[in-house]
Amino acid sequence: MAETEIKNLTMNFGPQHPAAHGVLRLVVEMDGEIVERCDPHIGLLHRGTEKLIENKTYLQAVPYFDRLDYVSPMCQEHTFALAVEKLAGITVPLRGQYIRVLFSEITRILNHILNISAFALDVGAMTPLLWGFEEREKLMEFYERVSGARLHSAYFRPGGVHRDPPAGLLEEVAEFCETFPAIIDDIESLLTENRIFRQRTVDVGIVTKDEAMDWGFSGPMLRGSGVPWDLRKSQPYDVYSRVDFDIPVGKNGDCFDRYLVRVEEMRQSLRIMKQCIDDMPGGPVRTTDNKISPPRRGEMKQSMEALIHHFKLYTEGYHVPAGETYTAVEAPKGEFGVYLVADGTNKPYRCKIRAPGFAFLQATDYLSKGHMLADMVAIVGSMDIVFGEIDR
Amino acid sequence: MDEALNDLGEYIADQSGDAVTSWSISLGELALETTRDYLGALMKFVRDDSNCLFKILIDITAVDFPERGERFEIVYNLLSLSHNQRIRVTVSTDENTPVPSMVSLFSAAGWFEREVWDMFGVFFTDHPDLRRMLTDYGFEGHPLRKDFPLTGYVEVRYDEEQKRVVHQPVTLTQDFRNFDFMSPWEGAEYILPGDEKADGEAAEEAD
Repeated sequence: MAETEIKNLTMNFGPQHPAAHGVLRLVVEMDGEIVERCDPHIGLLHRGTEKLIENKTYLQAVPYFDRLDYVSPMCQEHTFALAVEKLAGITVPLRGQYIRVLFSEITRILNHILNISAFALDVGAMTPLLWGFEEREKLMEFYERVSGARLHSAYFRPGGVHRDPPAGLLEEVAEFCETFPAIIDDIESLLTENRIFRQRTVDVGIVTKDEAMDWGFSGPMLRGSGVPWDLRKSQPYDVYSRVDFDIPVGKNGDCFDRYLVRVEEMRQSLRIMKQCIDDMPGGPVRTTDNKISPPRRGEMKQSMEALIHHFKLYTEGYHVPAGETYTAVEAPKGEFGVYLVADGTNKPYRCKIRAPGFAFLQATDYLSKGHMLADMVAIVGSMDIVFGEIDR
Repeated sequence: MDEALNDLGEYIADQSGDAVTSWSISLGELALETTRDYLGALMKFVRDDSNCLFKILIDITAVDFPERGERFEIVYNLLSLSHNQRIRVTVSTDENTPVPSMVSLFSAAGWFEREVWDMFGVFFTDHPDLRRMLTDYGFEGHPLRKDFPLTGYVEVRYDEEQKRVVHQPVTLTQDFRNFDFMSPWEGAEYILPGDEKADGEAAEEAD
């Protein structure tokens, strides 16, 4: 009998594939339908953000952060703003801090809706995407009303936020907080008890506590594995220490737990938003120090000093004292950090962006080994991967 | 907060032998400096010691200081969940001297080191898979070095005649605009236009 040679099949997954969440290219070595090895090739969306930031003033660097993880823009501006504030020793007025926390949580819901619905789509459920995007549109309208842009808001700036929210916006956000839980329930009724969804996610891509730490996980990926760690609680920034919320924690560390953690985080975000709206004090929304934040338009018509400040801020920018800092926030995907080195000039000397997704994607090979090809899609979907932040 | 960090810094410097060459606290963050030879031992110590337990390697990055003898500073950011602390370990190197890889201690180090290799050209010994990470297939150079121009050297375009993507040297239709934002009263380290006359002809005439 002739000997048949059995060879592993090497397959290309992406870079253009609806389940690849952007421009992910996976080179997968398959034994039948079992994944033997998978090698993610990234960098197809690399724009050299870090190099560009080194050549821009601190204020000009802010919009680049919107374009990293483009489904949670404000949380990333938040990191950069906090880092600059730390180096320059700026204190943000209380109202500004509350607005930031409020919009960080809106951002978290925005991100989690996209992740949950896109994840559901990856494993075969179409409806959550349609329902979720309607809500996303409402949230993006809040973005637009406060900053003028639906996605790339450039709203959080070093020193506070750019403008006070327009009249009536906070009431509408409060109204949204009342209606949205019903939508979460609807989406959950489609997924949580759904047999197909459970078969595709339960016990798929299990990460234990130690593995999660070893691979540098953070956010829902770490909490899904049963580690109660959230930077909003453990290293609170802005007014997170003043609001009351719970941290959901998973038990098994599989794709299903990560989904449940994200659903519960949305409910907790609503809780934080309500408290922010109730407790929000009056006053300025950004620091009144005109060496950092621009003067008001009206003032500029009257005051020579204000005019000079405005001109200097938008040409030279402000100088940040020499120093280095690593500042991180709990972005919806996990720990988003900025390592900022200032040399006393008006431009950052080095700005390293630590994206949570980068660490998650690195573990794809480890997590999907021995799984079916279709399970790999579920694993990648549950990681919440967006290429803007991974490729930078 | 700073007191706890101070104790931690003293403890690590004491217990890790000669590994820590210097340490400092600024802006509420503890930074330890070490050498390439001791890096592995120090990282293992801070990961496993019960007073440290820095089990999560958050990030590895590098900073380029071309004026220094050893121009690259490799920065390791670590996080301890048990003690809710962060530390930063730095080690310096140059273009030709490799740094020991941390993959055997932290799995997360793999891609971070690949990125540093890609962006700065710092080599890591014993790394299982040190390929380029973010740049294009066949890219040359290390873009985050300070001597690498912002515009790069080559650009890509689709060539209609050859029916394929071609690489060609960068041509700028408009010169790259490098604005001088620095205040002439504070930041400028060059001679302002017109100033050269003050010491030269004008000064001579005055004599």
